[in-house]
Amino acid sequence: MLMRDLGIIPAQKADAAGEGPSPYVNLSRRAFVGGAGLFVLGVTLAGCSTYVEPEIDADAFDLPEPGASPLTEVRGGDATPALWIAIDRDGAVKITCHRSEMGQQVWTSMAQIVADELEADWDKVEIIQAEGHERYGDQNTDGSRSVRFNFHRLRVAGAAMRQMLVAAAALYWKLPVEQCSAKGGLVSNTQNDETLSYGNLAELAGKLEIPAEADITLKTPKEWRYINAEIPSLTVPRIVRGEGTFGIDVQRPGMVYAVVARPPQLFGRVSSFDDAKTLEVPGVLKTVRLPDARPPALFQPLGGVAVVARDTWAAIEGRRALEIAWAAGPNAGYDSDAFAEQLKATARASGKVRRARGDVPAALAAAKKRVSAEYYAPHLGQTPMEPPSATAEWDGDRLECWACVQDPQSTRATLAEALGIDKENIKVTPTWLGGAFGRKSKPDFVVEAALIARDVGKPVKVTWTREDDIRHGYFHSVSAQYCEGGLDADGKCTAWLHRTVFPPISSTFDNTVAEPSDGEMGMGASDVPFAMPNLRVESGNAKGHVRIGWLRSVANIYHAFAVQSFAAELAHAAGRDQKDYLLELIGPPRKIDPETEGAKYGNYGASLEEYPIDTGRLRNVLEKAAAMAEWGRKLPAGRGLGIAVHRSFLSYIATVVEVAVKPDGSLSIPGVWLAVDAGTVINPRHVRAQMEGGTIYALSNALYGAITAKDGAIVQDNFPSWRLMRMREAPRAFEVEIVASDAPPGGVGEPASPPAAPALANAIFAATGHRMRTLPLIGAEGSKLKLPTKQSA
Amino acid sequence: MAITLTINGKSETVDAAPGTPLLWVLRDHLQMTGTKFGCGVAQCGACTVHVDGEPTRACVTPHDTLEGAQITTIEGVSGDAADAIRNAWVANDVPQCGYCQSGQIMAATALLRDNPSPDDAAIDEAMSGNLCRCATYMSIRRAIKEAAAAL
Ligand code: FES
Ligand code: FES
Repeated sequence: MLMRDLGIIPAQKADAAGEGPSPYVNLSRRAFVGGAGLFVLGVTLAGCSTYVEPEIDADAFDLPEPGASPLTEVRGGDATPALWIAIDRDGAVKITCHRSEMGQQVWTSMAQIVADELEADWDKVEIIQAEGHERYGDQNTDGSRSVRFNFHRLRVAGAAMRQMLVAAAALYWKLPVEQCSAKGGLVSNTQNDETLSYGNLAELAGKLEIPAEADITLKTPKEWRYINAEIPSLTVPRIVRGEGTFGIDVQRPGMVYAVVARPPQLFGRVSSFDDAKTLEVPGVLKTVRLPDARPPALFQPLGGVAVVARDTWAAIEGRRALEIAWAAGPNAGYDSDAFAEQLKATARASGKVRRARGDVPAALAAAKKRVSAEYYAPHLGQTPMEPPSATAEWDGDRLECWACVQDPQSTRATLAEALGIDKENIKVTPTWLGGAFGRKSKPDFVVEAALIARDVGKPVKVTWTREDDIRHGYFHSVSAQYCEGGLDADGKCTAWLHRTVFPPISSTFDNTVAEPSDGEMGMGASDVPFAMPNLRVESGNAKGHVRIGWLRSVANIYHAFAVQSFAAELAHAAGRDQKDYLLELIGPPRKIDPETEGAKYGNYGASLEEYPIDTGRLRNVLEKAAAMAEWGRKLPAGRGLGIAVHRSFLSYIATVVEVAVKPDGSLSIPGVWLAVDAGTVINPRHVRAQMEGGTIYALSNALYGAITAKDGAIVQDNFPSWRLMRMREAPRAFEVEIVASDAPPGGVGEPASPPAAPALANAIFAATGHRMRTLPLIGAEGSKLKLPTKQSA
Repeated sequence: MAITLTINGKSETVDAAPGTPLLWVLRDHLQMTGTKFGCGVAQCGACTVHVDGEPTRACVTPHDTLEGAQITTIEGVSGDAADAIRNAWVANDVPQCGYCQSGQIMAATALLRDNPSPDDAAIDEAMSGNLCRCATYMSIRRAIKEAAAAL
């Protein structure tokens, strides 16, 4: 399998490699040929005689200039085939991927969709990574929606091209199109078994009219060969050889390397600095003072002083030698311990009602039993294994950047604003992303590279060290939540009150905003799928003192932790089995619209008609996961099972965690069982990987993760103090079941995370009788749970 | 000061400041970017190479201590164990983003060379120095066992 590099030419290979074809060379030419490669004669056996495929001369056909593409506005955007597909004469099928590859296997899934409808030969498929450009529509690889947004239009693009290739063959053979059929990169004459290969047909096909959507026949799901198939990853064969270009790997001729000393506090500033010692460090070339950041944070860099050197190490050493006096700025008083108490106090007082059913105060007053609980979850860092890194090249008029960004379009817009130049003079190409998890949707680090490159007049690579990544992130928000429930004499839940308090992500974009947004509330709070007669969801305000940003599954993390933990607390109070009680809370299969109860609900940007909140599907994954884990089985002392179910990013996931807790509080995870209904699935193997990855990512955060602040500065700095789960701590067994579904595709990259932490906490309760409501459960050191001193109610 | 290193069997002369870790010599001076930076403090394993066959954290190993040593990186690691590991990695699609995987493969290859049929405890021991934020641990364990069976 051939795969094209990302258009980043390693310096030492620039001449040998030459310039690759521009990813959109075909747009202006309207032909499908990429231009490279020679026609390869196909020799097959047709009947008894050897059939030699004739070479088609497209110029021999005098055809009218085709009209404009009728496919520029299909559902999901532009499906014009030439935007997405180029076929070389040698048969290579080049598919443009406009989303960023960060381990979710989007190169493979996008290619599967196109190649299936195109009837391409999978072994001929190559990927071209698109630069950031509006022509591709949304490129923000975020929100678990690459497949959802693009499934339809990429199918249309592939099918349109297939039909044009078939039409070209029919024209050549002078046959009706019905007598030609496409399969595996060949068009066959159904009358005599002669074939024409796609590479041979492409140029002629490019001269034909693009069919209108009404004239395009998509395959039926039964006819799919690549969609919903376990197609191996397109990136893995290169990864195992150390090939492929991540953001941190970009090389440019004459490049220099930079790291930046940033103010410890958000909106801190350099009051003065002395770089004399820095400039004595061997290999250091110069220092560059970066502009101070001013509120709101947006995607602007944090300011500080850059050290530019001939290699990264010299830059790091030079930074160590810098003497900087910082002005701490407006957030110097931020102390996350004190702030936690404020958040909890806010959560105890009544807040703004975000959804209401019935009369919760009256129902609580009338309840036979009232249960309440407070939950707390700290800031987290995304900490992808590849820290932020960007390379920029400035030639006096034009800026070109290569970086591990989730959204090259917002990167481009941010650069245009920061440098005061026209967007047309900026090119941004995403590299592979060594993980992202939301961090790399913020292009502050690319702006740093651009500012430094403009100053030094050479290509510059900015690398964030791990300390930079941990201290200067866009942190997952810190939250306190209060839950109260009322039970009747039979233990049935009659009232549900959930109050959530956290600095909203909007505070990063407008520092006066302190109110949780509808979007964040709709991630597990205002969309709670429970059926009790009285329900009320409230929010409380909190100000941001650090940059708050998205982290894999966002507000679902803390909301699912509280909601699914509290559901189990109610079950315990009612003396009922946790899973049975959860099913009862969810109630009968039905479709829920939170807006009928006063919520403003965005449903991840999708309509509730197409993507309802379907409690039947929620119940189904819950029962499946329970069955997989043999829920209810007898366990030895110190072991317990916990369960949680959550819908996010339009997918339904239930998770059962088994824990083994020793009397001293040390914990291991013998098994995890997970059932997912994500609608139509493109690649079950890669969905399973996301289920394991999303779950363990969340378990790691729940057990060990806390970003804290003192005097406005982040306390943690590297992996000892910011801790990730390691092999020896990982679950011993992990089973995933994917529910077969023909519903439209939901998200996959994020939704496995939310149920993991509450399933874990519920399992710990089952094993020990201790209810843990504060994250992290262990922290940065040791292996023992921070078990509370008193038993839960 | 120019120093000659033996990397993947080839002599490479580099001129980096004394004390510069091998990691940055590989990445910035020799454009061998397969070896990754993850922490710089020997905590994540992303920079794992073999020095005379031993898995070694390149981020904390000064390059000027390595004259005369055989340095092997992801670009050059070969042999039965490396082949078995690579094959199992591909067959199972172990990597997600792939960033940690050079280090994972270097660690797993060294493990299989020393211990052709590692049990869970041996895998824990050999692989717990290599972090994976994508959390491919389940697949790594599975693939190491498959590779061992194929050896
Ligand atoms: S970069 Fe060397 S161990 Fe992390
Ligand atoms: S595969 Fe992404 S960090 Fe391991």
